[in-house]
Amino acid sequence: MDILTWGRNPWDQPVLTHISWNLLWAALFAGLAFLVAHASYMIFSAHRKRHAAETDAMEIARADLPDRIVRHSLPARLFHWLMAAAMFTLLITAFLPVVGLRFPWVTWHWIAGLTLTGSILFHIIHATVWLDFWSIWVGPRDLPELRAELLRDLGHDVPGPRPGKYPLGNRLYHLAIVVVALVAVVTGLCMMVRIRTPFFTRNPYLFSDTTWGVTYVDHGLAGVTLVGLVIAHVYFAARPEKWWITKAMILGWITRRQYLEHHDPDRWAVRQLPTPNSATPNSTTPNSGLASPTL
Amino acid sequence: MAVIRDVMPAFELFQPTSVEAAQAVLDRYGAGAWVLAGGLDSLDWLKDRIRRPQAVVDLGAIAELKGIRERDGGLEIGAMTTLTEVVRHPGVRERYAILLEAAEAAASPQIRNQATIGGNVSQDARCWYYRAGWPCYRAGGNICYADTPDAINREHAILGADRCVAVNPSDTAPALIVLDAQMVIRTAGGGERVVSAEDYFVGPGIDITRMTVLEPGALLTAIRLPRTWAGAQFYFEKIRDRQVWDFALVSVASAMTTSGSTIERIRIAVNGVAARPLRLRAVEAVAEGRPRNEATAVVAANLAVEGAQPLGFNAYKVPLMRNLVKRAIRGVEAAAWTS
Repeated sequence: MDILTWGRNPWDQPVLTHISWNLLWAALFAGLAFLVAHASYMIFSAHRKRHAAETDAMEIARADLPDRIVRHSLPARLFHWLMAAAMFTLLITAFLPVVGLRFPWVTWHWIAGLTLTGSILFHIIHATVWLDFWSIWVGPRDLPELRAELLRDLGHDVPGPRPGKYPLGNRLYHLAIVVVALVAVVTGLCMMVRIRTPFFTRNPYLFSDTTWGVTYVDHGLAGVTLVGLVIAHVYFAARPEKWWITKAMILGWITRRQYLEHHDPDRWAVRQLPTPNSATPNSTTPNSGLASPTL
Repeated sequence: MAVIRDVMPAFELFQPTSVEAAQAVLDRYGAGAWVLAGGLDSLDWLKDRIRRPQAVVDLGAIAELKGIRERDGGLEIGAMTTLTEVVRHPGVRERYAILLEAAEAAASPQIRNQATIGGNVSQDARCWYYRAGWPCYRAGGNICYADTPDAINREHAILGADRCVAVNPSDTAPALIVLDAQMVIRTAGGGERVVSAEDYFVGPGIDITRMTVLEPGALLTAIRLPRTWAGAQFYFEKIRDRQVWDFALVSVASAMTTSGSTIERIRIAVNGVAARPLRLRAVEAVAEGRPRNEATAVVAANLAVEGAQPLGFNAYKVPLMRNLVKRAIRGVEAAAWTS
């Protein structure tokens, strides 16, 4: 199977042109294979989560927390769904013609690309200024959590750290999508100077043939990788045990019990917002208002 | 670029005597097969060694693809009927004279003797960057060499460009569109599919590597001319660099019925301005019900070129197309030529 396609430029030099679209099928296969493998593992694994009794005790101890805890602000949710719509439009317009469903896709593709670019710029500013920027990133400090999560997946009851605001899988996925989407966006913006848009004067000679070839190949590789990543994302969003996270991306909040059951309050401290019905932070009266995460 | 001309690469030659046998060969060789009709387009590709098929399927021995027959009050033209046979057929002359004019204008007598109407409508783009074998969009690459600041693009598209700016070179195509011709296709699975001439051609936005809807393994078997526009008032004009024979810079075809001086119905199509022959629906809508005069022709002609985006060297096509549309509606003598 060829991975790359080549042509010969007017000087008879070999130049890269695209990735082979066989890689699309490879990405689809990889995504679906992961889905099947993970689903099978989840059926037979002894994944351990916090015991109900332990969660009960924490709920009593943290009765000062409101019933609903804000996990995603409205701007964050709007960004997510706008980005999702742009991403699906990009993948549909890119790959349906490849598999034989022909339609005029180019204009829709670059409009979706610019929408994605705009939403990413918004997200960077929003996350930097208004959110806990580092809460989504992974680093050496997460190794104990990685070890604990692996052991829990293997059926061990270990006391290691629970996730902060975002589970480790979330953060690893975010890292992957950042790298791949940025490659797609940067190369896509460059490629826009090769087509007619209201924004750029066409200039196919902006780069050398070799640089253009690498640009197209990188864009293609990012595209097919996104196919696999989106399959994985949709799969996890649809899994029953993850539905509470998906619901939070729709409604914006999680329950106090979900917060205590799945998160480490020390790593994701919730700052209580004053509400008409709220009690004092030290009160033992359950609070029916919303709380926001610490910034 | 090193091109070895006039020496074709080796290939297996098949000369089947039925459509089924031809399709069996196409199926066996897949992407390595090449369909040969009259050969006027194919032999350039092969001699330039830009295309190197494993197998060439010559349709010349398939009798069912040849000849012109009466059908439902109209005509059915076999795809392998030569342009000369089209030009000489009395039924074409009496009822569909615009097709006669278009076929006659397509090429010199020698070429018309060899060229087929199926090949004429299915021929590939003549953009020399593409024909030189460079890795342009149409060839599966990622660039249009004709749409660059210093490209030689005098013959290229002013409308409907989507990355590729090549134009459709067929002369009979706009005539068939205004006649509401139906293209009969034998699909790779052996089924029959009939599409209108207008829908037979595809632009680069839909499929940048093909000029028609013909999928690999499919064959155009016949072209049916319904009686809808038989005997209408026709107009065909082709502007080319050399009058003896050349591809169209711009061509126009129209069919019209009138009541007194009012245009009752009109179909109008142009070629040489886009990657597919364009039916000018907006022009038709404006012209129908209006008097056939200079004022109507001017309005329609200006509408026809709306949205045109000339390249570096083909801005002349805008007034050329505008004037041809005007003449198609008003007539040669009455329509004043404007720049």
